[in-house]
Amino acid sequence: MAERSSTIDPSAHRGALRADDAPWEGLLANLPGRGNVSRRQFIKGVIATGASVSAFSYFAGPAATSARASVPRLVSINVNGQARRVDVLPQETLAMTLRYKLGLTGTKLGCDRAECGACTVMIDGVAHYSCSTLTQRVRAREVVTVEGLESPDGTLHPVQQAFIDELGPQCGFCTPGQVMAAAALLEANPNPTREEARRAMSGNLCRCGAYDHYLNGVMRAAANGQAVAEEVSNG
Amino acid sequence: MMKDMMPHFDLVQPTDVESALDLLREHGRDAWALAGGYDSFDWFKNRGKQPSVVVDLEGLDELKGVRETGDGIEIGATTSLTDVENDPLVRERYGLLAEAVSVVASPQIRNGGTIGGNICQDTRCWYYRYGMPCYRAGGNVCYAGAPDAMNREHALFGADRCVAVTPSDSAPALVALDAEMVVRNARGERVIPAGEFFMPPGVDITRMTVLDPDDLLTAVRIPARWAGARFHFEKVADRKTWDFPLVNVAAAFRIADGRIDDSRIVLGAVECIPRRLTDVEDLVRGRVPNESTAAEAGELATQGARPLSYNHFKIPLVKNLVARAVRSA
Repeated sequence: MAERSSTIDPSAHRGALRADDAPWEGLLANLPGRGNVSRRQFIKGVIATGASVSAFSYFAGPAATSARASVPRLVSINVNGQARRVDVLPQETLAMTLRYKLGLTGTKLGCDRAECGACTVMIDGVAHYSCSTLTQRVRAREVVTVEGLESPDGTLHPVQQAFIDELGPQCGFCTPGQVMAAAALLEANPNPTREEARRAMSGNLCRCGAYDHYLNGVMRAAANGQAVAEEVSNG
Repeated sequence: MMKDMMPHFDLVQPTDVESALDLLREHGRDAWALAGGYDSFDWFKNRGKQPSVVVDLEGLDELKGVRETGDGIEIGATTSLTDVENDPLVRERYGLLAEAVSVVASPQIRNGGTIGGNICQDTRCWYYRYGMPCYRAGGNVCYAGAPDAMNREHALFGADRCVAVTPSDSAPALVALDAEMVVRNARGERVIPAGEFFMPPGVDITRMTVLDPDDLLTAVRIPARWAGARFHFEKVADRKTWDFPLVNVAAAFRIADGRIDDSRIVLGAVECIPRRLTDVEDLVRGRVPNESTAAEAGELATQGARPLSYNHFKIPLVKNLVARAVRSA
């Protein structure tokens, strides 16, 4: 018995995995904080690998020689202020590209039928459902996802901070979409009435029913924004 | 619910209308003109329709925007519903249309959805949408008309084998405003009154409008005739957002000396096409829009209704909505 248990010495096992796991080496090396890879980072890495493997087959396979398609396959789209080169199918939706090719999994897919709002992103500052927008349509546009809202120093967007302060999310699945809808509203109308905010947020479902919390969050974000604007104008 | 990719299609993004029309002519029934996509993608994702070539209208700048013409305004077919709602000319003169498009679906859909798409969208009958081989899909049975079918949302009037209804909020408003549809194909342009644009099932059961596969709705013209008239729009749906109408009413009134001089009263979601109530318009002409006129108008509006198993409730709905419209004049 004693002999047996010594064969599954955890440190020896870990060493063996490392040696056999050569295909992951490059992937792990590219991730931040190597050796302490979080579950989320690992999954995103796998998504990226899958995208590049499948992209290879598009170039090599017969599907690449479709004579009629005039849209390019390798496109550059502007996401969160960065030009991202990505291989995009003609029928691919923006939600698919963001989540499964660019690893921006903050954008959620709820219904995939323009009926829930979880996939809401901003395109040129306007809220759109990314599940029902072709990626090929946004080549010359600016896309902002929930990942692109916080400032470079890590300060949250006023809407994000207000949603935390007002305990907006419950389960949190609809939250990225709610954040984007609210951010788009405040961009167009920095000082909405509660009724205007309610209307602007009406394209986002919340199965937890936290609508009033979100609405409080929008109004708090607007009030904070107004306070900041006044401070600035007062010097 | 499938969340995989849509089936493959070739996407073509022309930048001028002529190229788009050539593509539609070249590919005929295999082609699909894509505007906002909110109706199209449902079909594609559910494998209900599988075109091989999709012609993206997004790049056709000449189809966007509201322009003033010699007689009224012209709205490009791919102008977004949000842009129509917020356009100063539309708001000032044709508040009826602004009101109608403001209650379509949800804010995000209005940001991407177009006025042309809202007019041309297919019916919401779920048997048809689900892919059942019904009359409309080229089969020889109507599932929604059966006695135990789920037909709460279906037609009261004008059913001919198919009992589906027009789902549009903007269409009744455009019929009430005597709008005209500008339709182009590779051979030329024709202008069709809104009242003749929609296709009753008795004439052609497989389509909702007079558009042929190679036709493109390029613009909607609204004449000055009803500019600044007294308008009334009301939509009743199960939910305040996202939902299609159970019944909607669009009405325009010209009042002279406290009496209704002329009017247009049009119902949506009770027939396959927007239902203009010419007999009610005749009834109220020259009358004071008071309680008794309104009650008579509501009563007359329901004449000839043939309810299905589960849509009787639409009869009092029609009666009250028309009465309220007349009372508001």
